[in-house]
Amino acid sequence: MRLRARSRALRSSPEVLMMPRARIFLLTSLLLPAAIAVDEHQVVVAIRDRIVAHATPGKPGPYKVTIPNTTVSYEMVPIRAGEFEMGSSISDPQAKKDEQPQHKVRVDSFWMQAHEVTWDEYRLFMFERQAGETGNKDAAVDAVSRPTRPYVEMSFGMGINGYPAISMTQHAANKYAEWLSAKTGEFYRLPTEAEWEYACRADASPNASSLDDYAWYSANSHGKYQKVETKKPNAWGLFDMLGNVMEWTLDAYAPYRSEPLQNPWVKATAPYPHAVRGGSWNDPAARLRCASRVSSDPSWKQQDPQLPKSIWYMTDAQWLGFRLVRPGKVPSAEEMYKYWNSGVEQDTE
Amino acid sequence: MDDATKPERREFLKAAGASLVAGFPAIISAQTVTNAIKVGLVGCGGRGTGAASQALKADDYAELTAVADIDQSQIDKSLENLKKLQRIADRIKVEQPKQFLGLDAYQKVIDGGVDVVLLATPPGFRPFHLAACIAANRHVFCEKPISTDGPGVRSVIETSERAKQKNLSLVAGFCWRYSNMIQDTFHQMEDGAIGKLLTYYATYYTSPVKPMPPASARPAGMSDVEWQIRNWYNFVWLGGDSLVEQAVHSADKIAWAMHDQPPVSCVGVGGRAIPAEGGNIYDHFEINYVYPNGVRAFLANRQIEGCYNENSDYIVGVDGTCTIGRGPVPRIEGKQNWTWQGEKYDMYQREHDVLFASIRKGQPINDGKRMATSTLLAMMGRMAAYTGQEITWDQALNSQERLFPDHLDWKGSFDAPPRAQPGVTKFS
Repeated sequence: MRLRARSRALRSSPEVLMMPRARIFLLTSLLLPAAIAVDEHQVVVAIRDRIVAHATPGKPGPYKVTIPNTTVSYEMVPIRAGEFEMGSSISDPQAKKDEQPQHKVRVDSFWMQAHEVTWDEYRLFMFERQAGETGNKDAAVDAVSRPTRPYVEMSFGMGINGYPAISMTQHAANKYAEWLSAKTGEFYRLPTEAEWEYACRADASPNASSLDDYAWYSANSHGKYQKVETKKPNAWGLFDMLGNVMEWTLDAYAPYRSEPLQNPWVKATAPYPHAVRGGSWNDPAARLRCASRVSSDPSWKQQDPQLPKSIWYMTDAQWLGFRLVRPGKVPSAEEMYKYWNSGVEQDTE
Repeated sequence: MDDATKPERREFLKAAGASLVAGFPAIISAQTVTNAIKVGLVGCGGRGTGAASQALKADDYAELTAVADIDQSQIDKSLENLKKLQRIADRIKVEQPKQFLGLDAYQKVIDGGVDVVLLATPPGFRPFHLAACIAANRHVFCEKPISTDGPGVRSVIETSERAKQKNLSLVAGFCWRYSNMIQDTFHQMEDGAIGKLLTYYATYYTSPVKPMPPASARPAGMSDVEWQIRNWYNFVWLGGDSLVEQAVHSADKIAWAMHDQPPVSCVGVGGRAIPAEGGNIYDHFEINYVYPNGVRAFLANRQIEGCYNENSDYIVGVDGTCTIGRGPVPRIEGKQNWTWQGEKYDMYQREHDVLFASIRKGQPINDGKRMATSTLLAMMGRMAAYTGQEITWDQALNSQERLFPDHLDWKGSFDAPPRAQPGVTKFS
């Protein structure tokens, strides 16, 4: 099955805010008899082969990954399989309607990135030269589509080194996961909404009175995001699950149902809304709860004056980032494709 | 702001949506106005297409009826993308005879029975496109900047005056003027929040914009004119250079802080650090302006990958400093502390809301002088950097250098002048 042929020429459309690489390649494509179409599925199969070859059995534990040919690293924290009550109980005074009904969810084991993806990491994906990819081409890495170069400064003056990356679309986060998988030989994807909440809860009840100790939010953030890992981690060693930047999940934002579920994932059928979690530097304490949900909105791309709007940037979501998980089991190529390609990245409003 | 008073973001967004409808005079309700406003688009790139969508969203009875470009595939893509937007899809009424191709296509759109023209080509074309619109009594949305040379700026000033006499609306794409967040910030300063202005420092450090493809990518037989227009950003006669094409947004804010009064003069440095691949623009500038009261303004821009990026304004007064672009919202620190609060309007949409409301009400607005001043402010900086000389406002305003050729032939040859060399390149 070939869903969408991909060549660099198809990466994106022209944008004023974002530099249209496509413009250049559209021109170049005039020279070619036909644009070289790359089957997205072949790309995924090649990456999966690399992941399978790389896999080493061993006991799961925390470990550090240095992105190949760079000095940039991140830590992975093991999260054991388990069951939890997802959402909020009716008796919880802070609970919002969309957190109900509370329902039992079982999730398989995975590793999760200890901190939100930083600009140090994300900029390697944005700029291949900074990832040392312009000399020795790696076909699998090179085949993953990358963001257009932004016209504007995307940290909005809030800082780069050690700070969380922001303002990317869910599509961009998915492609980052695909790129990082190709780079490292480990399978990464966004967490499902259930995995995210399970990891946030960490089998513990957060003590509201100490929110300042482990979260950046409106009362202590001085109006901007802060460096990752500068507050205390949660019980499972995850930093900034609450606060700093909100985090993308894989799921469409949809009402809960009451029946128990195993590894649930609501795959989106429209560009909006997706479920975003954790609250941010810009939110009050009430938003910084593991059960709290936010739905993505087209207004998050307001500052993009072009049509079509960028599939890579949400110029107005300056409080939105993500982190990735690595599931214990390596999925099939078909499943990987679904995780990395939402198919609904184009705005229609 | 504490938790109790700060609305949560989602509620914020919903509330903002509501106030957009209630608070904006611009939204024309279906009950009161039913005659169509016909819109023509000149330049069907991403920005032009975006402008067309904003125009049609601004007024429920606006319809797109004619378009112009140099490339049919660009037109096809533009219309296809517009038709994907449910709210406006049925008002995209551009049949094949109203899809005009070529360098004279703008005139066919203007003459094609439209009421409003959206000008979104590369800026070198703007002065004569705008003149043709006003000559034919069309209202105009005009993207920034408005020219690439001095004669073009003077032409636009004249044209804007004619628009005023003819009661035509002319709205410029200097978008920050239509941002409620930046409007509020400048109002604070006008009300004395930082006291007497001492200096304005603006940065526009970004990645390269639309870099020139290598000469080997040029298709055999493609004329100079076509090749350069397709890569317009890299040629001063078409794009004006990065200072005039991009950092002009910062120049516009400087002009705003100076109440749109011109500086006395400026000096500047600039050059090219990365290969130009046959283009003739610089990739960095730093300009120092001096105003009649001795106030200084500094404008720095760079478009080189891998460098420190920043797009900020530091506006220093005797009583405090206003900072824009260091963090998501502007703030003032000093005798009075202030941080902008509220929900941002979509400033690009606002431009069109205002334009169409002015047309409906018969109360024309005219951004002409302002857009010319802001463009020339950036342009005089370019002139100073290119020549290595001090350039006065009067010199810039009376510059005789015509960058844009009088006659342009799509199949023609055209040697763009070599990149400017300070100390060698002469002001004219």
